[in-house]
Amino acid sequence: MVRLLVLIPACAGAVAFFVQSDRYRRVLLLSAALVQAALSLATWVVPPTPALGGWLAEDPLGRVFETLTSVLFLAASFYAVAYLREERSHPRADFEEGFLFSNAREASFTGCLLLFLAAMTLVSVSQHLALLWVAIEATTLASAPLIYFHRHHRSLEATWKYLLICSVGIALALLGIFFLAVAATNPDGSTISLAVQDLTRHAHHLNVPWFKAAFVLLLVGYGTKMGLAPFHTWLPDAHSEAPSVASALLSGALLNCAFLGILRTQEICVAGGLADFSGRLLLVFGLLSMAVAAIFITGQTDYKRMLAYSSVEHMGILAVGVGLGGTAVFGAMLHVINHSLTKAMLFMVAGNLLAVYRTKNISDVAGALSVLPASGFLWVLGLFAITGSPPFGPFLSEFAILKSALDQGQVFVAVVYLGLLAIILAAMAAPALAMAQGTPSKNVAAFAKRSLALSAVPAMLGAAVVMMGVYVPPVLARALREAARLLG
Amino acid sequence: MSQLVDAVLVLLVLTGFWLLSSSRLAACIRAVAIQGMMLGILAIAAQDGQLSFAGVFLPLTSAVVKGFFLPWLLFRAMREAETAREVEPFISYNLSIMSGAVALAVSLWLGQRLKLPAQSASSPLLMPAAFFTILVGLIVIVTRRKALTQILGYLALENGVYAFGAAVALELPILVELGILLDVFVGVFVMGIAIFHISREFNHIDTDKLISLTDEL
Repeated sequence: MVRLLVLIPACAGAVAFFVQSDRYRRVLLLSAALVQAALSLATWVVPPTPALGGWLAEDPLGRVFETLTSVLFLAASFYAVAYLREERSHPRADFEEGFLFSNAREASFTGCLLLFLAAMTLVSVSQHLALLWVAIEATTLASAPLIYFHRHHRSLEATWKYLLICSVGIALALLGIFFLAVAATNPDGSTISLAVQDLTRHAHHLNVPWFKAAFVLLLVGYGTKMGLAPFHTWLPDAHSEAPSVASALLSGALLNCAFLGILRTQEICVAGGLADFSGRLLLVFGLLSMAVAAIFITGQTDYKRMLAYSSVEHMGILAVGVGLGGTAVFGAMLHVINHSLTKAMLFMVAGNLLAVYRTKNISDVAGALSVLPASGFLWVLGLFAITGSPPFGPFLSEFAILKSALDQGQVFVAVVYLGLLAIILAAMAAPALAMAQGTPSKNVAAFAKRSLALSAVPAMLGAAVVMMGVYVPPVLARALREAARLLG
Repeated sequence: MSQLVDAVLVLLVLTGFWLLSSSRLAACIRAVAIQGMMLGILAIAAQDGQLSFAGVFLPLTSAVVKGFFLPWLLFRAMREAETAREVEPFISYNLSIMSGAVALAVSLWLGQRLKLPAQSASSPLLMPAAFFTILVGLIVIVTRRKALTQILGYLALENGVYAFGAAVALELPILVELGILLDVFVGVFVMGIAIFHISREFNHIDTDKLISLTDEL
């Protein structure tokens, strides 16, 4: 069953490259996403048996990440089909600079989407650190063509930066894994395998200096992919230039995968009694990411880049939560879900706004509520949710982290954390309202007729965000608590 | 075997300097290709005692991919982009070689400082050579303009990491080794395609001119 979770999207992806008919290919995308999501929900009822000698297995942590990825992908695939139907394939003028460009082949886009899902699923179910590395690198390679769907120089620049920066980061993570293998070599020459389970069980026997060096390399390597400052430089470019459905997946699912890479390492640190060391590093990078995001969100003129920097902020929040340890870890786990749902919804809505207003400039968008009532409403709701306003999901999880910081007597962390959240709230609330209200310029209404799925999908995600604010399903809460227990 | 290992390691360091000092892209590609082949030999020679099938097969595959296939791909990309030289890197070639010397000193120092827990490394040169290759890769990525040279830097970095793995005689499962190799291969392949598009879109592959996406503070 674990194998099927990976194989279904992988095979469907490989087939999608060769399906000529748009209709059949879209059916293939939807059905693969549906079956895979159903299967991953089924793992909550029937725990799957491990495969490949235990390297592929679902523990509570992996299951949460896997299901979240599958559900988001399902939503994104419905959105993608509606989006692809409205995209014209012949060359058209760029909104910003007016040159002509065309799209990549839809078959490649769909194929890469599915392969991307397969790679992300493999990340969630990998129980072997080296296999996890292979999977994380594979997510980079499968997602790079998604960013270059609109073939013009800006998206190409973004793709190049993404490929190069992430590959270099990931190469350093591989060195980290080798360091870990050295740390796992006993003085008598016997070795501990790189399976997470073995490493946590024998964590006290690891050679400490090598292990610490390994953690730093892994944090820098996967941190690059996750978008932790100061290694986040690829992130705003890739998220702003990719088609919105790809941005939604990058932000909602891909960043989580890299985060999971760090969590697996953190799991071993906690088991080996090095949580103080690793926690401090995570705190520093987390707060730095939030600060960098606050700086760049303030006065940001491009709304997709604003969302991208908000992702940097939230990755920082996750790092802070895990770094604090204790009850904050549960908050961080909850925040993974809240952030993914909210941010995926926001990117989809941003895609709708972009298609109608034909600009990414915040100041050129006005009256979204009257032109696109559903998207406009969701935009305001989403921006308030993502900045941590009650009663939405992110408020709960951000608050849980804050409370834990105060309970632990980490007043400095709490003050900085709260201060940065306040700055970002102020910086994002103003453009949200300005874009929603006012009178739109005349020429936009003509483009406002769009298919229902393009607002229905984000609306459903929005409903989930609201639900997570008032009611966390007990099954989910239990899984999150179990996951958090592994991480201190 | 240890003399062979030492010879390979010295060659690894020399190709690193070659990569740093050459302005001709063809020479740089060859330097990285030789590194790739050397690493295959290194991985076989560093194993003590009996050789298993996987212990020979994997390094050989890696040597073929890194020594022949990827260079062929990069030569093609070079012809597509119609560039033969790295013109005006951000730092002069003299400075590049100087920084290489500094990197070598740092690597030797690191190799002294970091003690392997078990006596698994067959040569004291292994760790310094691996670190040096990693640093050379990073230097090349940061100081060169051409997208193609940056790929070469990435490959050198990857070679260094691989050399470290071979140095500590790491026994990874075959599946994982193949996965890593496949990732590197596909990675370079995708980057090669990106170069093709960059040269078509911009008529050059100078990454310092890719500056339309920025934020102003």
